[in-house]
Amino acid sequence: MTFITINNQQLNVDAAPDTPLLWVLRDHLAMTGTKFGCGMALCGACTVHVDGVAMRSCVLPLKAVAGKSVTTIEGLSHGRSHPVQRAWIELDVPQCGYCQSGQIMTAAALLRSNPTPSDADIDAAMAGNICRCGTYNRIRRAIHRAAELSTPDSQS
Amino acid sequence: MSAHRTDDAPSADPGRREFCRRTAAVGGGLVLALTLPALADRTPSRARAGGGQLNAWLKIAADDSVTILVDRSEMGQGVYTALPTLLAEELEIDLAQIKVIAAPVGDAYVNALNGGQITGTSNSVQDAWERLRTAGATARVMLIAAAAQVWRVDPSECRAKNGRISNAHGKSLSYGQLAEAAAKMPVPKQVKLKPREEFRLIGTSLPRLDTAGKVDGSAEFGLDVKLPGMLYASIAQCPFLGGKALSVDAAAAQASPGVRRVLPTASGVVVVADHFWQALKARRALKITWDPGANARLDNAAVWATLKKTAGANAGLPARKEGDAAAALKSAQRTVEAVYELPLLAHAPMEPMNCTADVKADRCDLYVGTQVQQMAQAAAAAAAGLPPERVNVYTTLLGGGFGRRLDVDFIPAAVEASKAMGAPVKLIWTREDDMTHDTFRPPALEEISGGIDSAGRLIAWKLHITSPSITARFDPTSKDPFDSVVEYALNYPYGVPNIALTYSRQEIGIDVGYMRSVSHAPNCFVIESFMDELAAAASKDPLEFRLGLLAAKPRHARVLKEAAQRAGWGHAPPGRFLGLALMEGYTTHLAQVAEISLEGGALKVHKITCVVDCGQMVNPRIVESQIESGIVFGLTAALWGEITIRAGQVQQTNFNSYRMLRSNELPELDVHLITSGETPGGIGEPAVALVAPAVCNAIFAATGKRLRSLPISAHGLA
Repeated sequence: MTFITINNQQLNVDAAPDTPLLWVLRDHLAMTGTKFGCGMALCGACTVHVDGVAMRSCVLPLKAVAGKSVTTIEGLSHGRSHPVQRAWIELDVPQCGYCQSGQIMTAAALLRSNPTPSDADIDAAMAGNICRCGTYNRIRRAIHRAAELSTPDSQS
Repeated sequence: MSAHRTDDAPSADPGRREFCRRTAAVGGGLVLALTLPALADRTPSRARAGGGQLNAWLKIAADDSVTILVDRSEMGQGVYTALPTLLAEELEIDLAQIKVIAAPVGDAYVNALNGGQITGTSNSVQDAWERLRTAGATARVMLIAAAAQVWRVDPSECRAKNGRISNAHGKSLSYGQLAEAAAKMPVPKQVKLKPREEFRLIGTSLPRLDTAGKVDGSAEFGLDVKLPGMLYASIAQCPFLGGKALSVDAAAAQASPGVRRVLPTASGVVVVADHFWQALKARRALKITWDPGANARLDNAAVWATLKKTAGANAGLPARKEGDAAAALKSAQRTVEAVYELPLLAHAPMEPMNCTADVKADRCDLYVGTQVQQMAQAAAAAAAGLPPERVNVYTTLLGGGFGRRLDVDFIPAAVEASKAMGAPVKLIWTREDDMTHDTFRPPALEEISGGIDSAGRLIAWKLHITSPSITARFDPTSKDPFDSVVEYALNYPYGVPNIALTYSRQEIGIDVGYMRSVSHAPNCFVIESFMDELAAAASKDPLEFRLGLLAAKPRHARVLKEAAQRAGWGHAPPGRFLGLALMEGYTTHLAQVAEISLEGGALKVHKITCVVDCGQMVNPRIVESQIESGIVFGLTAALWGEITIRAGQVQQTNFNSYRMLRSNELPELDVHLITSGETPGGIGEPAVALVAPAVCNAIFAATGKRLRSLPISAHGLA
């Protein structure tokens, strides 16, 4: 048993300690919003937050997150209310949508550390997340929009 | 938007049964199921029609909810929004009111333009354009008839708006209140569709219906399907393409934690376990002796030698012939000849291939992201030993298709495993499985020549394509010169009096298939690169040279001129160079201009300008996203895309060896959409094709170096 906190729920997980967090989330906990894309931390589809930091869950063994706090796309907000999700909806960013959980989690982590990122900041932060549909242009615009939405005085 | 399940026994009409079951579950209300009479036969003669009816089914429940079955697969291109928009336009309801579910297998859902229940060829809107508007209008007429009967007034006194029928006397009933009565009204033989000026939804950028689930993780892709008692599987396929397992030592794998079974199948050795990670770990412990089969010595050199030998020995089957190209080339003052080479490519959708099968004694339920429901059903039926009608196909969202999911090669092993285990099994390919066992975009060798007369006019154009057949993936006996690999070259738009297009089919011993912008990407690269070669030979500006040959093609000329103007053709900033490309494909006209620099020999693509005339747009914001998508897809392939084979094995295995364009490499995109009332054209594929020639033409403008093969990185520039 490994003790972890996922989306503010404290859980004991019965999985081999070397099981990547990705498969713990998907297969053991039925939280399938986090996606499998490459298995080698090359594409970012599996991005989650561990103690607030964006990490690739496909190469992160369960034992490495023991006692830590994990946030997945399912726990990012209630009712898609996170500014990044609101901006994604406003701009209709997703196409096939498969990579978007990872994109959103990376973007949310970026905005936490840098509330008003430049294009270059966004490019640098998002370069690890592949979108085969090529939604990059809208992702960039949506991150700027999410930054606006995060500022209490300028919500329009 | 998710797969829906049933424990019902199959009936003679599983599509209808499934529809009724699903709609009954939606709200317990009343069903207005429309089966429309056949419209005029629009099936192209070459297509194999799968059914005589063009049907649309919708349900209006007593609670006023409206559900429609969408019979095309949603893979990002927006069909779950665009197709309901067509129906909602005529039904007079808001788009946001509609709930979408995936249609089952059924003759009613055959794409008349493709001759099967197929999501491909970028024609979902074109195929649905009349059909779904007619369905919406038919339902509206029946609702009005029902209301008129209730009120004992003439239907002409009633009007439909916002999901209600009202009359001049202030009475009003909701669609839900009328649905039961409406279902008993006669189906009108003919309905009048709105003229374009009255569209209130079509042509506006309404929000996509599938976005919400894609931003909170709830959207269900094939990978996300979960069934009670489900087991997980990984498959070891022969690393030698076309080879097979000779012997398997499964002792270590079988002893691995969680493993239920190691199962040889026709597709490879399957390991079934309680969880996927257990299956994958155990698979890695398998000791398999492989028989490499016929491809043991296959490599790129052998592939190209084979194609070159055939190209040299054959003139090819004629696909398009106008005038006498051979004679005109002889009489030309100047001839230009070139040979172009296109590499193998992998689709690499973000969601690797996967399939969940649940085989029971008398039926099989299949949960899969597929572009071909009928073929998926047939493949599962064969693997399960059941008749096809005993296989229910539940189409999930697709984590990218790009043509990869037109193949069903990943389905049988899941079915075999489920049958053997007596339990549902989800079989997941790893990224490495997906990349090394793709049905690759085939390589093509294209010999092209042109003749210019003393006035600098292009008087002859000849193209000979030598390539494995793509059509053969669906029809192995194909001897058709109009192969799917040739198609776009048939559209060669320029006014040249003598044209010869020929095709030589040459297989290379590995599976090839349809990839986004199937024939357009390779052939537009060749045609538009060579147009620049001809312009240079005629000492003309590439834009002027093309425009001089487009007198009979106003839509071509318009997009070309507008793209050139927007991109500042002739006025490139210092150190920047422009290249252009033009295409009409999927009934869409578009032109692109690439702006590049080459600093220290390193290519940087700064900007892509794209002007698009796709006829009537259903949702411009989706059109824009698809054009941007196509540009990224095309640029990725142009810069780095190449699958290589050594000793029968694919050398690229993951995104570190098969490079994808990333956000920091995205050029500025200027997409301009032309408003038009012409027939809707496709938008998913066309933009892909113009990027490589536009960028390579810009490289020529910068360096005088003509790139006649891709990827650009192989030339040391990218």
